[in-house]
Amino acid sequence: MSQTTYVPFEQALKVYEPVFGLETHVELGTKSKMWCGCSTDFGADANTQVCPVCLGLPGSMPVVNRVAVESTIRIGLALNCSIATWCRFARKNYFYPDMPKDYQISQYDEPLCFDGYLDVTVETPEGPQVVRVEIERVHMEEDTGKLTHAGGATGRIHGADYSLVDYNRAGIPLIEIVTKPVSGTGALAPAVARAYVSELRDVMRALGVSDVRMEEGSLRCDVNLSLNRPGEQWGTRSETKNVNSLRSVERAVRSEIERQASVLDLGDRVIQETRHFHEDTGRSTSGRSKEQAEDYRYFPEPDLVPVAPSDAWVEQLRSTMPEMPSVKRARLQAEWNINEFELASLVNAGALDLVEASIAAGVDSVAARKWWTGELLRVANDTGVELADLQVSPGQIREIEELIALGALNDKLARQVFEGIIHGEGDVASVIAARGLAVVSDDTALLAAIDQALSAQPDVADKIRSGKVQAAGAIVGAVMKSTKGQADAAKVRILLLERLGVSE
Amino acid sequence: MTEDLTRQSAAVLAAAIAAKEVSAQEVATAHLERIAAVDGVVHAFLHISSDSAMAQAKRVDEKIAAGTEVGPLAGVPLALKDVLAMHGEPTTAGSRILQGWKPPYDSTVVARLRAADIVILGKTNMDEFAMGSSTEHSAYGPTHNPWDLTRIPGGSGGGSAAALAAFEAPLAIGTDTGGSIRQPAAVTGTVGVKPTYGAVSRYGQIALASSLDQPGPCARSVLDTALLHAAIAGHDPMDSTSLNAAVPDVVAAARRADIRGMRIGVVKELSGDGYQAGVSQRYHEALSILEDLGATIIEVSCPHFEYALGAYYLILPSEASSNLARFDGMRYGLRTGDDGANSVEQVMSLTREQGFGPEVKRRIMLGTYALSSGYYEAYYGQAQKVRTLITSDFNAAFANVDVLVSPTAPTTAFKLGEKLDDPLAMYLNDVATIPVNLAGICAMSLPVGLAPEDQLPVGLQIMAPAMADERLYLAGGALEAALVDRWGHLLIEEVPSL
Ligand SMILES: [Zn+2]
Repeated sequence: MSQTTYVPFEQALKVYEPVFGLETHVELGTKSKMWCGCSTDFGADANTQVCPVCLGLPGSMPVVNRVAVESTIRIGLALNCSIATWCRFARKNYFYPDMPKDYQISQYDEPLCFDGYLDVTVETPEGPQVVRVEIERVHMEEDTGKLTHAGGATGRIHGADYSLVDYNRAGIPLIEIVTKPVSGTGALAPAVARAYVSELRDVMRALGVSDVRMEEGSLRCDVNLSLNRPGEQWGTRSETKNVNSLRSVERAVRSEIERQASVLDLGDRVIQETRHFHEDTGRSTSGRSKEQAEDYRYFPEPDLVPVAPSDAWVEQLRSTMPEMPSVKRARLQAEWNINEFELASLVNAGALDLVEASIAAGVDSVAARKWWTGELLRVANDTGVELADLQVSPGQIREIEELIALGALNDKLARQVFEGIIHGEGDVASVIAARGLAVVSDDTALLAAIDQALSAQPDVADKIRSGKVQAAGAIVGAVMKSTKGQADAAKVRILLLERLGVSE
Repeated sequence: MTEDLTRQSAAVLAAAIAAKEVSAQEVATAHLERIAAVDGVVHAFLHISSDSAMAQAKRVDEKIAAGTEVGPLAGVPLALKDVLAMHGEPTTAGSRILQGWKPPYDSTVVARLRAADIVILGKTNMDEFAMGSSTEHSAYGPTHNPWDLTRIPGGSGGGSAAALAAFEAPLAIGTDTGGSIRQPAAVTGTVGVKPTYGAVSRYGQIALASSLDQPGPCARSVLDTALLHAAIAGHDPMDSTSLNAAVPDVVAAARRADIRGMRIGVVKELSGDGYQAGVSQRYHEALSILEDLGATIIEVSCPHFEYALGAYYLILPSEASSNLARFDGMRYGLRTGDDGANSVEQVMSLTREQGFGPEVKRRIMLGTYALSSGYYEAYYGQAQKVRTLITSDFNAAFANVDVLVSPTAPTTAFKLGEKLDDPLAMYLNDVATIPVNLAGICAMSLPVGLAPEDQLPVGLQIMAPAMADERLYLAGGALEAALVDRWGHLLIEEVPSL
């Protein structure tokens, strides 16, 4: 099927209504793996964080990581779920070289958390709109190893010359969050899907249960989607895998709507199948169809005892829940006295927590927002990193703000200080010293620069003397230029007017 | 100590070693020599760990010389079923697919044996992945019963039982999923105990059916079995199904051996037809001895036992099909067909085709089918319900009696090859032992004489409630003492010399 013949999105929405669901896998940030004591640190040499248990060596047995269960319960509570009083793990049986045991320990019909919801906000032309996404279940499972295929054209195991497997990731605690089908969102479907995953990520961060770094694969999504004509039954759904960024979530929903509309427009049937999303093209390709689908032969995991969290434990966890992101946003919006669009830009920039932390560190609220959504966001975007990863601390912003207040720095110099910090040139003081960024506040030096500027532009000097104070800008500008921005412009102006005996 | 060291009990050897009458190294050497002399015809061992055994014996001698405190079985040799992982020593579970694999870790049982200063002589033969009742399903050839080398030593733990009966080791470890400790004990005239599920850690036991498997002690006397039981039992944080409870004092029970006032239940459903005449005869004689010792014999009914075999052959293959999935040639053991042209699935498939024997394939197929979508409820689900009913039968019975008894196996040791082509006949060997595993309770088999018609050992099974393992030793110890009084020695002394 040609990828260029899709029905345009707006046209598809005129005919069909989308129903979608999301299955999100989140790697928990526990210190040790799900069933053994191995480290979960990212980036270690291949197969160095393994033991008989996570390698599935004959005879080895799993033991549940209590912190992982606790994290899952906390996620369930954050998503307004009921918590099972008794549930079991199950084995999902299938053969694949990244699975040390050739079965994955997961949960099947007895999830630890079930029946919850997450409210998400999407921007519409009429303003922000809240959509409730219902949660079917939250369950625990283990991650697989990571395969690397060498040679071959497809980058997949078939056709590869050989494949390497790294089991460092095998057995890392994974939770799967499954939504109920989301219907009635129409053209907002892609935005709702994105907002849901974004909100979920914020919830995980607020709970501190995962670093949810999509680029490291610690949050991965599968998108289920079907189309139907208004008033008709829901259509056949596809499952798009490998949707691993917020942008991809939005694009995957959008392109699948377009693709299925094209199929339906031709009078064909949508095949129930697994599809693979490609970040580069923004399109998906067909994987397994349902006829080829594996029978996972689930059965209760006999090597593990049931998980039966006591009421007391669940209540203790409930009582220590942090403020949820949506509540926090409402509170900060009020505290900072900003409107919905300002709030949205802070949220979209990923700056909310950073601004809050900066204010807590003593930075003025306006200045904190100015830096994080201005200069720092620009640098982050330019270098393609998350704002939070810029390595600028709230304390450093406070220091810089204090220096500005003292007149020792101005905005232009402050930007250079930030640049130095981001480039790893040291703390605020060292960057200022090394780059020679102090404001020139020595009156003698400034007066010399003013005199030089006046003699260079005698006509301007005459204008000012004659009372045209607004002409002072040209001289101030010349002084700023000659001092390479290291002067305090306000002070230059005052000195200039005094020099010429003019008052404002 | 001048007598043949290999004819001694573990208790006697341990005392002599502790008293420095004999060294652990002398004891180990005597057993290694015995193995060298007789294992050619018995084939109880798949691997002899001479070096590590002698090194361990030396450490024990050094500890004793230094006055360091040692365990009650310090320096006593032991034969380890090849299904338990032992660091650096071949561990094959009787399968070709694990040929050459040396675990990089110790099973908990092995760790506890080491901690108890016990000397592990080597790994014993078994039916492949413990699937079988004759040890004929070993990929490395059958073990022969020392009572009659043309006969089977039972299974799956035939190697461990034969090693005891051939005086190659005074102690052995077995694992029992449906009778793999008890049935070999019965047909070799030795003692074997399947402890309560969870009493002995399964960590490091290559799993057959996780919800049924249980490692346990084997020896030639009830007291030796108790001493070994005490050495290996107890909570293990590495096995989440491990019981977190105090280990019953099985050694004291074996020594006390007093059953006056004990109520002994005879399971009606396990006492009827289908037993060899000599098995029935010795069983009923044992019942009268128990009565003479002051016990009351009460008949009890366990109506659901007739479904036990059917349920067992759904649950076991289901769990086994999953447990054995990991043997795919990717990480360890055999790999076949990796010629650069075959796909990964083909390599997995060829490896399993060549690495597994017919009985293993049969059970994997059964289990895969039983767990399939659409069949799960009818097979696995129903079997679990039967399991619950069998547990209820036991609970009802134990409300009225302290222990239950039955013959361990329907016949004495049959001929090698006799049932190899008839899986159903082979499965029926375990009809009396299987309910115990399904319910997770504990049981012992001990010898009660030779069947008159073939002069082969007959075993009696004693069953006790979960976590009441000491009752097995109380009753078994009393019966054994009465029989020794009658015979003047343990039955095993009558085994023909090899
Ligand atoms: Zn590990």
